[in-house]
Amino acid sequence: MALTTKYQALIDIAEASNIQDLQVVEQEGVLHIRGTAPNADVKNKLWDVYNQLDPNFLSGDVVMHVDVSTAVEGSRARVITQNSNLNIRKGPGTDQPIVGKAAKDEIIILISRANDQWWLVRTQDGEEGYCYAQYLEPVG
Amino acid sequence: MTMTLKNVISVLAISCSLAIATVSCKSKVSDADLKSRIESIVTSTPGVTVDVKEGVVTLSGTVNSEAEREAIENSAKAVDSKNIKSVVNNITVNAPTVEINTDDADLAAKVVDATKDFPTVKATVKDGIITVTGTLEQSRVQVLKQSLDALSPKKVDIAAIEIK
Repeated sequence: MALTTKYQALIDIAEASNIQDLQVVEQEGVLHIRGTAPNADVKNKLWDVYNQLDPNFLSGDVVMHVDVSTAVEGSRARVITQNSNLNIRKGPGTDQPIVGKAAKDEIIILISRANDQWWLVRTQDGEEGYCYAQYLEPVG
Repeated sequence: MTMTLKNVISVLAISCSLAIATVSCKSKVSDADLKSRIESIVTSTPGVTVDVKEGVVTLSGTVNSEAEREAIENSAKAVDSKNIKSVVNNITVNAPTVEINTDDADLAAKVVDATKDFPTVKATVKDGIITVTGTLEQSRVQVLKQSLDALSPKKVDIAAIEIK
């Protein structure tokens, strides 16, 4: 079965969700889905549908990289770690020393994006440093 | 009687060739005209060329989407529906591609960061493919997959993870 058929429901949702620069490309047996969602809800919805079509993502035939457009400099984001605090580091890398921590569900300010994986942030206590982008969900 | 028939045949032959000459001569002018009029419509798309022969329009070149390919055909047809007999659409669509991180060393370094909070799994990188083994709670599978997909690898293979 063609991947675009298997994941038709996911592609349909993506196309109907105002995703900027949406790319749906099958390359070497993997369906790549990329773009920028208008908010975190849309991104979460896409992941829900993907999980329904391929429970626990075990087939390995999709790589979905959807950012959220509200993740811009100066905006606020919620810490979405599982349970633990989020480490704030001196530089963008887990080899960098920890300079602070943000609690789960804490709202922090996004200062600038170092790269795809790391944001420079400021906590409510005024601590500044780098956080892993995957654990930050833009709010508002 | 024989002569008369011969005459008739040659007259017919001459008028036939005249008729053909007139038609082809006439269509040559309008072919060039059609060509330039269609070209002025499709020049906005670089890489597409137009050819017209006896009212048959041939479009060639490459575009980036099927929608673009169809739109060009339709706008070419609309230029002069009376004189365009048909449109042969030989435009091909470039297969779109996404950029993939095929630098295994770079990818491996990023995977270390992405999996730091997943001590029960082990991830390896080879030829742009991230393969993950180990055990993981069901509730954390999506977070792991999101983190790894965000690194733009060729593929993320987590099939070997034992989900608890």
